[in-house]
Amino acid sequence: MAITTFSSAEQYNFDIVKKFAIMALVWAVVGMFAGVYIASELAWPFLNFDSPYISFGRLRPVHTSAVIFGFGGSALFATSYYVVQRTCQTRLISDGMASFTFWGWQTVIVLAALSYMAGYSQGREYAEMEWPIDILIEVVWVTYLILFVGTIMRRKQPHIYVANWFYLAFILATALLHTFNNLAMPVDLFSMKSYSLFSGTQDAMTQWWYGHNAVGFFLTAAFLGMMYYFVPKQAGRPIYSYRLSIVHFWALSFMYMWVGAHHLHWTALPDWTSTLAATFSILLLMPSWGGMINGIMTLSGAWDKLRTDPVMRFLIVALSFYGMSTFEGPMMSLKEVNALSHYTDWTVGHVHSGALGWVAMISFGSLYHMIPKLWDTKLYSTKLVEVHFWLATVGVLLYIIAMWVSGITQGLMWRALDEFGNLQYSFVESVAAMIPFYIMRAVGGAFFLTGTVVMVYNIFMTIRQAKQEEAVLEAKLAAKMANAGA
Amino acid sequence: MEWLNWFSRPENTKPLALLIFFVTFVGIVLYVYGSKKRSKRLESYKDIPFQDDAPDNKD
Repeated sequence: MAITTFSSAEQYNFDIVKKFAIMALVWAVVGMFAGVYIASELAWPFLNFDSPYISFGRLRPVHTSAVIFGFGGSALFATSYYVVQRTCQTRLISDGMASFTFWGWQTVIVLAALSYMAGYSQGREYAEMEWPIDILIEVVWVTYLILFVGTIMRRKQPHIYVANWFYLAFILATALLHTFNNLAMPVDLFSMKSYSLFSGTQDAMTQWWYGHNAVGFFLTAAFLGMMYYFVPKQAGRPIYSYRLSIVHFWALSFMYMWVGAHHLHWTALPDWTSTLAATFSILLLMPSWGGMINGIMTLSGAWDKLRTDPVMRFLIVALSFYGMSTFEGPMMSLKEVNALSHYTDWTVGHVHSGALGWVAMISFGSLYHMIPKLWDTKLYSTKLVEVHFWLATVGVLLYIIAMWVSGITQGLMWRALDEFGNLQYSFVESVAAMIPFYIMRAVGGAFFLTGTVVMVYNIFMTIRQAKQEEAVLEAKLAAKMANAGA
Repeated sequence: MEWLNWFSRPENTKPLALLIFFVTFVGIVLYVYGSKKRSKRLESYKDIPFQDDAPDNKD
């Protein structure tokens, strides 16, 4: 194995990593604020203020795009550029291409948010952007792929570390998913409106093939890449089993592509397709838990770090949420369970146990590890990390418990029959029954958002501290030089 | 070229795809766990994240 030592700040392109890391935090606050606002609209509908621009329907994709693509995407760009350079021990092949991915990606998020608020949407979940924005995404993504693969090809380390496999699977799968899900015909060249090439059941299949694999490859595989690098680094010990990570990778890659149809149980979809999806969903439990165990067992022999290091706690609690939501997902894919859970808030709760508990927490932990190293300093306050951790944990728990109760209540109310065999409750009665849980969910979201704001303050102070340290060092150096000259 | 029609039937290609994926996956598992020498080599890669730390700047 090649071992190289050098001053990493000079060798690597950390400038691009810094930019993406900062924007990840900016989008986290924007996206989570939008989330808390729309959750509040459901609890207190007057917050719609009778304005179409900030109605739930338009703000909801602003929230999902800002947190998934803005926060999650920027965190993935940042960490993938950091990890690929450090584990391949080489610089990104092109600073210009890296810069293009940054400005291109940020433009995508801004244009998407503005277009949603103006009322432009394809109506495809997690892919609401209309065709001109889709084309921009395609160009940025292909540049990202070339940059990542090119950097791997230029590596000084003979072996490609497993984290890069996960990142690469995410980049390739997202390119494939984005391309085929967004095949559409614009109304005319100067119109934002377009129509999908697919229709009916095929359209639904394509959407959920995209939708679930966006979860599988964007929100899971990529963040596992993050996990396989940052958990060992923060723990100061290598991953528990490298061989398990290889099997984890291939099992996940083989199985995820088949499961999208479990979003379409009890629909016009052929029954075998839906059964196949449920079967693969159950099978997915094995690699998911294998990966979770691999990450958690990395701490074997150093469990005290969970008590003493709040960054480590973020990473390990994220893995626990990963384990929990990858158990809940297969369970919900069973047709009988799905008959109760589908179209209810249970699904929303499940998504957020994955998105907040797993994706956001693993990103927070990774950013807390990476940012001080990028600016060559220490975290401004470990105490504030601790505060953030508890705000985030209480926030997630409030959120998912509210949605579990609300979702199961909804499911039961919708199927309840009276003594004559008629529906016992009208739909609006089920809506009224949800109000207390919607308030609880908004409070949970506010906790989580507050934690993120604490993190932003902590990171801002960390960077300011780094700049002050640098200025002091430069002043000392200048004084030394002046003395030497005299 | 008549034989190509065999691939156009889902009842043929579905089990074929399953067989290919299953055999490939079993092959990967055997490759990963099948030899002690290879296992040792694969496990040595887990140290890569720690390889580029400057001695005076150990993470």
